[in-house]
Amino acid sequence: MSSWTDKRPMSPHMQVWKWHLTMASSILHRMTGVGNYIGIFIVAAWLFATAAGPDYYEPLAGVVGTIWGQLILFGFTLSICYHLINGVRHLFMDAGLALNPKFASFLSGLVLVFAVVLAVAVWLLSGLVPGVDPLHMTGAAQ
Amino acid sequence: MSKPQQTMRTPLGKVRGLGSAKHGAGHFITQRVSAIGLIVLVPWFLISLIGAVRGGYDGALAWVADPINAVLTLLAVGTALYHMRLGMQVVVEDYITKHSTKNVLLILNTFICVVLFAAAAYAVLKIAIS
Repeated sequence: MSSWTDKRPMSPHMQVWKWHLTMASSILHRMTGVGNYIGIFIVAAWLFATAAGPDYYEPLAGVVGTIWGQLILFGFTLSICYHLINGVRHLFMDAGLALNPKFASFLSGLVLVFAVVLAVAVWLLSGLVPGVDPLHMTGAAQ
Repeated sequence: MSKPQQTMRTPLGKVRGLGSAKHGAGHFITQRVSAIGLIVLVPWFLISLIGAVRGGYDGALAWVADPINAVLTLLAVGTALYHMRLGMQVVVEDYITKHSTKNVLLILNTFICVVLFAAAAYAVLKIAIS
């Protein structure tokens, strides 16, 4: 947090910029966009391996199954969830809505929380978390 | 009530005959239109993937073979690649100032997206049609 307390509006400058939520949300939107760009390689690889046969699928599943693979996959899930929900916020802003500074900050925070909740929910429901399978759909295999 | 058509063009621009090539907003609009498509497709893909990732190879094969899954996957991947090509283009244009590097990266961006689409489309069609 910046120690800047002057209430007067400031001109945007890289070094003297009061940290606020809408700014972080804008940066995160771009970062997660680039993250999704990298992540879709996994989706394409998964589809390609499925078409190419078990000889390709099993090694890929092995790599994704490691702790690092799982971390990257969860990061990708989080990245998608954030970019998706914040993207909706951006569409509203493009339409000229939700631009009031207070409300925009509140919405930025809400998007952040909701993105994490959604990503965790996707993992819990899909049985990707070992030992957790609320929908009982993964069978005994996990 | 009819007002004369407002124009943003300056008189100098008019005289020079240059200015808008009539697709100035095209990038902005296509980025948003693909985003609207993805609002539907990405949640479907996330929810549907919950069913696809379990069951290993056989489960994945059966999931892609389903006609609805196949079509929606093609749409989701295609729209996502289109959207991210536009997005990455803006990122490159914003941060890379060196002309040659910028052009190389912009071309690379297009190639990557097209190659990924070819690979994904081949995979889905091969499974769904066989």
